[in-house]
Amino acid sequence: MSILITPETKIMIQGITGAFGGKHAQLSLDYGTQVVAGVTPGKGGQFFEHGGKKVPIFNTVAEAAAATGATVSTIFVPPPFAGDAILECVDAGLDLAVCITEGIPIKDMIRVKRAMTGAKTRLVGPNCPGVVTPGTAEGSKGGCRIGIAPGYIHKKGHVGVVSRSGTLTYEAVFQLTSKGIGQSTSVGIGGDPVNGTSHLDVIKLFNEDPDTHAIILIGEIGGNAEVEAARWIKANCKKPVAGFIAGATAPAGRRMGHAGAIVGGAEDTAAAKIAVFKECGIEVAETPSDMADALLRAAKTKGVTLS
Amino acid sequence: MNIHEYQAKALFEKFGVPVPKGVAAKSPADFEAALAQLPDAPVVVKSQIHAGGRGKGTFTDGFKGGVKFAKTKAEALDYATKMFNNTLVTIQTGPAGRKVQTVYFTQASDIKKEYYLASLLDRATSRPVIVASTEGGVEIEKVAHDTPEKIFKVVVDPAYGLADFQVRELVFKLGFNAAEGKNAAKLIRSLYTFFWETDAAMVEVNPLITTPDDQVLALDAKVSFDSNSLFRHPEIVALRDLNEEDPKEIEASKYDLAYIALDGHIACLVNGAGLAMSTMDIIKHYGGNPANFLDVGGGASKEKVVAAFKIILGDANVKGIFVNIFGGIMDCNVIAEGIVEAVKEVGLKLPLVVRLEGNNVAAGKATLAASGLALVSGDTMADAAQKIVKLVA
Repeated sequence: MSILITPETKIMIQGITGAFGGKHAQLSLDYGTQVVAGVTPGKGGQFFEHGGKKVPIFNTVAEAAAATGATVSTIFVPPPFAGDAILECVDAGLDLAVCITEGIPIKDMIRVKRAMTGAKTRLVGPNCPGVVTPGTAEGSKGGCRIGIAPGYIHKKGHVGVVSRSGTLTYEAVFQLTSKGIGQSTSVGIGGDPVNGTSHLDVIKLFNEDPDTHAIILIGEIGGNAEVEAARWIKANCKKPVAGFIAGATAPAGRRMGHAGAIVGGAEDTAAAKIAVFKECGIEVAETPSDMADALLRAAKTKGVTLS
Repeated sequence: MNIHEYQAKALFEKFGVPVPKGVAAKSPADFEAALAQLPDAPVVVKSQIHAGGRGKGTFTDGFKGGVKFAKTKAEALDYATKMFNNTLVTIQTGPAGRKVQTVYFTQASDIKKEYYLASLLDRATSRPVIVASTEGGVEIEKVAHDTPEKIFKVVVDPAYGLADFQVRELVFKLGFNAAEGKNAAKLIRSLYTFFWETDAAMVEVNPLITTPDDQVLALDAKVSFDSNSLFRHPEIVALRDLNEEDPKEIEASKYDLAYIALDGHIACLVNGAGLAMSTMDIIKHYGGNPANFLDVGGGASKEKVVAAFKIILGDANVKGIFVNIFGGIMDCNVIAEGIVEAVKEVGLKLPLVVRLEGNNVAAGKATLAASGLALVSGDTMADAAQKIVKLVA
């Protein structure tokens, strides 16, 4: 199995007719993902064509879901309209909305998150690379690729990866695949201070997934989400976990690319988070080059085989 | 985006947050006219820079104090003249300091007691929070550490807004008398409205003061705005002061590059914020010091790479360059071509270590090899980082 999505999951893409959304719709189709609908208001009735496949475009998320059975949406809508796009997924009762858009006003996300209280829909992101459950064909094709991650670096297997950062996720996945270790699902939760799914939410899902045997948890400076996840792991998770925190050298008070990556107080520095990881039995990667090796160390300690 | 105190206070007044009367002047020729607009002395003279710790700061010519209390207007004029065009170094500016190009004169207030008040995002709940304390005029981080029981917080439900009972709760906990409490309640409500309506990231008043006649005033104002929201606030964008920003950071923002200048010697050019942060970390891990944070983004073009090279080479401290690219979707060959073109254009007198991995990496490496450039290849991040640190040492 996997978490959040499987190769059979039917997805729609909001913003499929934009340059960015269109390009990644093509890459997902090439990967073998079930991209069954696109949504662009005003372009309903048209088609998105690629590689001999014709994806119908709808005016609304609800129409797209009803007509195609899609249960998941990927959002590539520009920042001023992205909050609205997320709420449209909630209204349509989708299982999952993955918002790739970077640069959504914080206030919009505060309101969206409040409006999602008690809703059935789960949000991943915004400002995230998306979610990949690798497939079994060459280059891990045949899997479900939601978002902008490179599909070919993955390999089907049993390691769960969760991170805020896109490129660091790719780095971890690539290290694993290069060592012949596959992944169950790789989840990028995004670099914004207000986001949907947290590190802890994903860790809980990995912990429950029988097909995930070990976990890499990648975090960064700012907030206390990694600390919250680490404490939960200490109390509840028996699977081997390796962790990495980016931003040890970041100056306080400066936003390091990600809107959420800013050191506000003593508790959200890299050093503080790394100390909590160690205290919670998480094997800490000394450098970003050490992530896969750190997981191998953690697995060896617990007698778990990864490949 | 940050703004100056005098700009923040003008916005405060617009939203009904009382502040002491003040006038800003951007040239010594305007000092007397500015002072004439204030009632009689005493006057407080405040250097306007985007950094805290001004009062305890020292100017590079030895003059002490970026905030001065003047008993007479003549004294105020003298202080302002000494501050203007002078460079103020505070605990937040770094050793280079900031040049003072605006001076703010305010009527001195009679202070009964100092408090702390702020509004910001509470990341744990993803909601706005108002933070207040009976301990004002000191570092709030110190209060939080030493006497956390003196800090009070109310988390605002964004669906309803700030509720009256929450305002009352703060007013009671801060221990105001009845007359002060009435004024404080109005101020807290106005401050929150300002925070919410303007998409502020943080509004901090330290100190908030009471006066002997029970007035409540914002004696200082520190405001920053959410950069993602600026598209809907042109009036706030107009307050941006480019003098306060690193010229290299301004140049980078023109090319949509996320760049932050640091004080080390190894320049970094990386794709992705997380990878860019960890590239700085790994340099430090192997004993070097990063000169900057630079994220060229996911969709870097040749032009962006060239622009990025020019910006990092504009830093005189740089003694070596580390390019670290994980081309997921991005074509490594595009980056390689960008590097070759940049070096052709700007020349290369410094050691350059390149680590390329990912999409079309073989073609990228071939492009670099064929260019004849004197660069060093790194296989992994760790390998490349060790190489650049060694070359710069």
